[in-house]
Amino acid sequence: MRLTGARIVMECLLEQGVDTVFGYPGGTILNVYDALYDYRDKIRHYRTAHEQGAAHAADGYARSTGKVGVCLATSGPGSTNLVTGIATAMMDSSPVVFITCNVGESLIGKDSFQEVDITGITMPITKCNYLVHQADELADVIREAFAIARSGRPGPVLIDILKNATAEEADYERLPLEEQHRHGRLAQLLGRASHDMTAPEPDLADIDRLVELIKASEKPLIICGGGVVRGRAHEELATFAELVDAPVAITIMGAGGFNGRNPLTTGMIGMHGSMASNQAVDSCDLLIALGTRFSDRVALDPATFAAQAKIVQVDIDRSEINKNVQTDHHIVGDVRRVLQLLNERVQRKYNFAWKNYVFSFPTETKYSLAGDALTPKQISDAVARIAPWDSIVATDVGQHQMWVTQHFHYDYPGQLLTSGGFGSMGFGLGAAIGAKVSHPEKTVLHITGDGSFRMNCNELATVAYYDLPITTIIFDNRTLGMVRQWQTLIYDERYSETDIAKEPDYVKLAEAYGLSGKRVSNVRDFEEALKEALASGHGYVIDCAIDKDEKVRPMVQGGDPITQFILN
Amino acid sequence: MERLRYTLAVLVDNEAGVLSQVSRLFARKGYNIESLAVGTTDDPAVSRMTIEVLAEAEPQIRLLVNQLSKLFPVHTVKLLDQAHSVRRELLLVKVAAETPEARNEIIQLANVFRANIIDVTPEALTIAVIGEEGKNDALMNLIELHGIKELARTGVIALERGAATIDEDTKVRDEFDYGKNVR
Repeated sequence: MRLTGARIVMECLLEQGVDTVFGYPGGTILNVYDALYDYRDKIRHYRTAHEQGAAHAADGYARSTGKVGVCLATSGPGSTNLVTGIATAMMDSSPVVFITCNVGESLIGKDSFQEVDITGITMPITKCNYLVHQADELADVIREAFAIARSGRPGPVLIDILKNATAEEADYERLPLEEQHRHGRLAQLLGRASHDMTAPEPDLADIDRLVELIKASEKPLIICGGGVVRGRAHEELATFAELVDAPVAITIMGAGGFNGRNPLTTGMIGMHGSMASNQAVDSCDLLIALGTRFSDRVALDPATFAAQAKIVQVDIDRSEINKNVQTDHHIVGDVRRVLQLLNERVQRKYNFAWKNYVFSFPTETKYSLAGDALTPKQISDAVARIAPWDSIVATDVGQHQMWVTQHFHYDYPGQLLTSGGFGSMGFGLGAAIGAKVSHPEKTVLHITGDGSFRMNCNELATVAYYDLPITTIIFDNRTLGMVRQWQTLIYDERYSETDIAKEPDYVKLAEAYGLSGKRVSNVRDFEEALKEALASGHGYVIDCAIDKDEKVRPMVQGGDPITQFILN
Repeated sequence: MERLRYTLAVLVDNEAGVLSQVSRLFARKGYNIESLAVGTTDDPAVSRMTIEVLAEAEPQIRLLVNQLSKLFPVHTVKLLDQAHSVRRELLLVKVAAETPEARNEIIQLANVFRANIIDVTPEALTIAVIGEEGKNDALMNLIELHGIKELARTGVIALERGAATIDEDTKVRDEFDYGKNVR
């Protein structure tokens, strides 16, 4: 049948099973929004306050559901406003398809109004991107884009469509999802094994070698990285860890990949990792790294990292092997499949002495609870007491991000939404919106700092407009806490541009958006406010006054050996 | 760390934007491209790039190859070993030759290098020579004494010696062993 390009976009979204999109309309994407008007029963669109918020929302949707997120934006500033969101998704391997429109063919290259080369700009921060000139290319490109976004190591893909291609008509034939790999560009791409869209089947000899290494090991350690979360391999990992009887250190992206209440977990690893995790890395004789790239926040000093261990890296992306840390053995494949094969082969082990040693170090930081003043630990503990155990937590970036990663137990993949790789302040509220619309039955908490919250608090407008019951908890220390912490420890207390002496009144701000808010400075008030917020059924902002000299502990400086704590 | 010269043969989609995607990858991973030659192949949908780059030895160069393979328009990346490949570059050079003696000497030099004189004026000669960089550099060094007015080099193109082809590296899905392919 003949359809306009804009309608083809809608039909293709339906082919992919998309029922929720985020975005912001504008001049060049008008045709698409016009078509959306006819599809509004099938595709729910959430309009945010700013395109960046839409990008983070689509990302949060993808991370919490495991499905592909979709985000629409117009040309020029609409598309450049997505850039931070795209890079955030890229660094954390989150599958999002961004659809932008550009000016029409006749205006391209003329510095027309709201024209920008967004495919050029996003080249290094997308898995792949497309510039579509004609309506008849659209269906093929969209099908390939979704397949690429979700396959292998997931990631963002951008499709930029010229405005004329959304207006003109082309033949469209509906193609069920399971048929798509046999047609068009996707069939061609799949013909080349270099871009196998299914995960590579792990090599059995490689698996057997790891089984041998495990057998020979007396001090095994597992690192649970983001790949375990993306690959939803949490159940397989639980079995594996028990079989090998190995402690499991969790990276920030791995949170939820291994149950935070499992007695085998040593907590977070790296710069703000627990003493147990970091000491275990230093002393283990076998390190099994699952779906982690050994970033500089984990393997702070690659040369001394797990120096006594045979390092085994399991990753779906072979270009990650040996990129940051030199490994002794590796397996390329989907971590879930690798763990299934391992679980069939590994013999039950017991490493009592090793576990006793590792768990003689604390897996959590002991923060003092003394006094009447509110502390980050008290806030976290109160949240853990009051909010449902399966609440989804979206964070921004900084001290609060580390505190809630350290203090909360994450029990399933997609429970913690945080910008671990790119470290985008302002990620949390958008991500919380994406999580809430996809999980209306779950409690969604947006935990932020005052610095991060100021970046994208405009999305409170979205929270209010769609009446999303999201509770924002601000760790408000009137300073950019993490930067200040570095200034205290490393820059001789020279507090350059970090203190925020005059903060907006966040309660009034919430009220201005039609939401409720409360400022609290002791635990009892906080508990009350949180109960009220959760019971209210609407958006709510709790502004928690904490001391500006609260620090994230422990801490190892970037580039230092992992057990060289400058704070503990 | 010491960097060595590597030659990469890369088959890519013959589409707009692919060259910038490939070259950008080298830039953002911190490598400068020493020479780059691109042309179509027997398949009009596929172009072949020959890229020369200074990089640390294995396993670093392997990481670069893996990153390159990951780009969707890239079909195949083959690391060509200098000892087992034939490599050629075309060099065009315009040399000052204002006297008959100078002209004669340059023509003799060109003959020694099996180069061709492709343009002559009373003031200058233009020479074309095909060879490996070593030979072309040697010719340049001799000609420099006469004064090089202008110079253009295509960059090296290369093929593996013997009957083996890059297509054997264009991984056929059934045969391709991901686990073993990473060194």
